[in-house]
Amino acid sequence: MKPAPFDYVRPASIDEACAALAVEESVVIAGGQTLIPILAMRLARPARLVDIARIPGLAGIREEGDAVVIGATTRQVEAERSAVIAARVPLLARALPFVGHAPTRNRGTLGGSVANADPAAEIPLVLVTLGGVVVVHDGRTTQEIAAQEFVLGPMMTALATGALVVGLRFPVWPDRRIGVGFHEVSTRASDFAFAAAAAQIALDASGRCTKCTIGIGAATPRPVRRDALATKLIGSTLDDTDIRAGVADAVAELEIMVDSHASPDYRRRAAKALAVRALTDARDAARGVPV
Amino acid sequence: MKVELNVNNARASVEVEPRTTLVDCLRDNLGLTGTHTGCEHGICGACTVLLEGEPVRACLMLAVQADGYAITTIEAVAPAPGELSIVQDAFCETHGLQCGFCTPGMVLTAEALLRRIPDPTRADIVSAISANICRCTGYGQIVEAIALAAKRLAGSNLPRQVVPGEPA
Ligand code: FES
Ligand code: FES
Repeated sequence: MKPAPFDYVRPASIDEACAALAVEESVVIAGGQTLIPILAMRLARPARLVDIARIPGLAGIREEGDAVVIGATTRQVEAERSAVIAARVPLLARALPFVGHAPTRNRGTLGGSVANADPAAEIPLVLVTLGGVVVVHDGRTTQEIAAQEFVLGPMMTALATGALVVGLRFPVWPDRRIGVGFHEVSTRASDFAFAAAAAQIALDASGRCTKCTIGIGAATPRPVRRDALATKLIGSTLDDTDIRAGVADAVAELEIMVDSHASPDYRRRAAKALAVRALTDARDAARGVPV
Repeated sequence: MKVELNVNNARASVEVEPRTTLVDCLRDNLGLTGTHTGCEHGICGACTVLLEGEPVRACLMLAVQADGYAITTIEAVAPAPGELSIVQDAFCETHGLQCGFCTPGMVLTAEALLRRIPDPTRADIVSAISANICRCTGYGQIVEAIALAAKRLAGSNLPRQVVPGEPA
């Protein structure tokens, strides 16, 4: 379990990092919590690692208008303990404790999780569910790519060679009564999920749903939003029957992933149950019922 | 590559290949074999060390990434040679270890937890050690050990255990 040899460079700026990444066989390392096991098992043998962890300005959490922007190399633990995230992006705050486990969150980064695009990863699911954006720099220009268009499939993204994820933009809902829910199922806590669901809703003063978004991950090759379901639920009072009926339709057409860990049938049923729970939690939280 | 490390409050200059993990560097270059290697790919937690006081897996970090951080290994936990820290003592007393393979990682994880949450609930303890595999104890006595250590630390009038590299 020792990695094959590689070179190691530590660029001082984003532009330097992009130049380094344009050289063939170079890969980014930030937290390394996914990359190092891959290297140790020799599933990959890159010629060199480009360490972006200490590039000034790449880490940090800041409010920018109607969004919170999280720098790519921000450690997951920082977001988990951040008062800004708790108050402004509560869905992310809810999901972060499910990401790996505490020691990997101490090193793992938010940008790394999205760039890696593991279907079971929680952070890309939250970003897709909220309609967030991946900020990418290619050495010349900075580009914003909708999360849904960024994550293409298992470990596949729209990131071009020589480009670097520099930040994630999470939309903030200004509504007064919002609630979130996040659920996943895995063989043991902290292991890869078989299915996961994330939901955020807003209610008006009368308890009617004014906004709704729901995403499903892990069961699917990439996180997907169920916009038709959200549209159906907006305007309703989110009664249990509304939620159940809507979710049943929404998971019926999902493209489910097949692998040796769980059957497609199980994953679909799990996705359905988890989506119902996530929406119910979100509704109850917005109603002020303790979840 | 040459790397300057700060391990247990001492500076160490090592010459390593970029592919050398921190745990191999600690064990092979610095002779600190209290940090164990199990799976070497981030699953077991045997290689846990503290980085700026927080538990991390030393097999999931390259030595070349580690310069400038305060690293604490199990060797720095006991207050003096032949003595045990309150946490270590609690592990002995409650039979929180059998073969001892997981113990350095468990003890460091507990030390970090008790510094952040001095009065942990059972759920806090279980969640903190959930990243560390023990194939002997069944975890029950480890949870007991950490709860006992928390009680003793709260009752002791000694200054809280100072982790090397941290301002007291
Ligand atoms: S040796 Fe590092 S986690 Fe197993
Ligand atoms: S005491 Fe043997 S592995 Fe924990």
